[in-house]
Amino acid sequence: MSAPALPSLTRVYGTRARVELREFFRQRESVVFTLAFPVLLLLALGAVLDYDLGAGVGFPQYFMAGVITAGIVGASLQNMAIHIAGERSDGTLKSLAGTPMPASAYFAGKVVQVLAVAVATIVLLLGVGVLVYGIDLPSGGDWLTFAWVSVLGAAACTLLGIAVSTLCRTGRSASATVTPIALVLEFVSGVFLPFDQVPGWLQDVAAVFPVKWLAQGLRSVFLPDALAAQEPAGSWELGRVALVLGAWCVLGLVLCVLTFRWQDRDTR
Amino acid sequence: MVADGRPRPGDPLDPDAAISVRGLVKRYGDRTAVDGLDLDIRRGEIFALLGPNGAGKTTTVEVLEGYRRRDGGEVRVLGVDPARGGRRWKAELGIVLQSGAGDSQLSVRELLEARASYYADPRDPGEVLELVGLTERAGARGRTLSGGQRRRLDVALGIVGRPRLLFLDEPTTGFDPEARRQFWALIRSLRDLGTTMLLTTHYLDEAEALADRVGVLARGQLAEVAVPTALGGRGSAPAVVSWTEDGARRTAETATPTAFVRDLAARFPGEVPDLAVSRPTLEDVYLKMIGGPDE
Repeated sequence: MSAPALPSLTRVYGTRARVELREFFRQRESVVFTLAFPVLLLLALGAVLDYDLGAGVGFPQYFMAGVITAGIVGASLQNMAIHIAGERSDGTLKSLAGTPMPASAYFAGKVVQVLAVAVATIVLLLGVGVLVYGIDLPSGGDWLTFAWVSVLGAAACTLLGIAVSTLCRTGRSASATVTPIALVLEFVSGVFLPFDQVPGWLQDVAAVFPVKWLAQGLRSVFLPDALAAQEPAGSWELGRVALVLGAWCVLGLVLCVLTFRWQDRDTR
Repeated sequence: MVADGRPRPGDPLDPDAAISVRGLVKRYGDRTAVDGLDLDIRRGEIFALLGPNGAGKTTTVEVLEGYRRRDGGEVRVLGVDPARGGRRWKAELGIVLQSGAGDSQLSVRELLEARASYYADPRDPGEVLELVGLTERAGARGRTLSGGQRRRLDVALGIVGRPRLLFLDEPTTGFDPEARRQFWALIRSLRDLGTTMLLTTHYLDEAEALADRVGVLARGQLAEVAVPTALGGRGSAPAVVSWTEDGARRTAETATPTAFVRDLAARFPGEVPDLAVSRPTLEDVYLKMIGGPDE
C-alpha cells in the first residue's frame, strides 16, 4: 500500500505563516496593545518630556531607541507569552498536536508573526518619529547594526516568551504576569528615561537581562557617538550586546526545549 | 463473550484490528485510572465506549490518540504504538477532542483549509462543510458559532484529513435533539465510506443508534463488551409482564413472554386490562453494570 506523500514542509510552513498573520492582525486587542501602544507612548512622552541630552540631542531622538525596544519586546516576549498560553489553555495546541503538522511549522509560523509585527511596529515608530519630531534616521552602517540588534533581541525575547508561556495557566494570567515584568525591565533598562539616571545598582540588575542590551544596541544606532560617553562603560559595547543577546537566545532555546508542552499540565 | 470478539488477558495483539489493546494501565499518582484493559476494535467498526465520569474513558482514548503515556500494557493503533506515532501515523487519524479545537480569528472555511493542508490526501473543505451542515456559516469566524455549530466544526476538522480511524470524544454534548439526529446521519455516512470510529458518549440512545458494539467502562476496567441489544444479557433477560386483575396491579417475570401472554389472554374474555410487556432498557442494564451513581 503506497500512501500519498505528506505535504512538503515549505507548504505547511506557508500555511502556518498565513494562519499566524491572520490570527494576529484580526484581533483588535492584540493590534492595539502591541502596535499602537508604543506609538501612543512616543506621542505622549515626546510631548511631555523635553530634555537636552547634550550634543544637540532632544528627548524624542533619545526615546526612539527606547520605544523601538518596547515595540520589539511587545511583539516578541509579551505577544508569545500571552498568545501561546492562551492557545494552550483553550485547546488549540492540543488539537494541532493530534494532526500531522510538524511542530517546527508551528514555531516557524510564530517567527513570521513576530517578524511581521516587529517590522510593522518599527516602521510605524520611525514614521511618527520623522513626521512629528523630525528625528534623524540612522545612516550608513547604522542600519546594519539596527538590523542585527533587532533580530537578535527579538529572537532572544521570542524564545523567552515561549518559555514563559508554559509557566502561565491562561492567556489572561500570562498577560498579568508578563506585562508588569516587561514594563519594569524596560524602566530599569533606560527605555523611558536616560539610562544614566537609573541608580547604579539597578543598572547592574538590568544588565543581567536582554532588554538593557537591546536598548543599548539601539541607542548606538539613533544617538551620535558623542553620547556613548554617557553609557556605563563609556562606549556602546556592541560586542557585548551581541554576546549577551546571543547567550539569552541559547538559554531561551534550552528552556523552550525543556519546558514546552502541547497541553495543560494536569492532563498528562 | 468470545463471540463478541473480546480478547482475553494474555492474548497476543491482533495485527488486523484497527485498535488492539492488551493490559493497558494508566495511573495518576496513586489513583489507577485504567486498570488492565483488553480490547480489539475491527476495521470499519463503530465502537462506543460508555461509562460514568471518572471511569477512564477519556484517559483510554487519549492514550490511543498518543496524547498520554501509558504505565503498562501494549497498544497498537492502525498497527503503530501511539507512543511512537509519527506524522505519517497521525495523518491516518481524525481526532475530535472533548475540549474542542480552540479559539480562532479565522473563518470556518479558512480553518478547514489550513487543517486540510497538513494532510496527504485531504477531503475538499467545501464538501466537508456540506457534510456537517456548516455551508451557510463558511465565512463566519469560529468564535461567533453556536455551541452545536462549534462542535460540528470540531467534527469537520477531525474528518477533513480523510482519516481511516476517527476518535469522537463526547461529540454531541450540548446538541439539541435535531442536531443530534443530523450528527448521527453524518456518522452513518462516514461509516459507509469505511471509516472506523471510536466514540465515547454519555448518551445511551446514541450508542444504541450508532454502535456496532459497545463497551462499558467502570472503575478503569471493561465491565462488558457486546452488541447494544445484547448488553448485560438484555436479549435473553426475562421479560416483565404486567396487567391488572381483580383491581390490583400484577407483574410476572418470564423467559417466555409470548406463551405467558397467550395463557393470560385465555383467562380474560376480551382485552387483558392494562397489559404491558417490557425488557430491561439499555439504561437499566447499564446502571446495574456500573453499580449505581459515580463513586
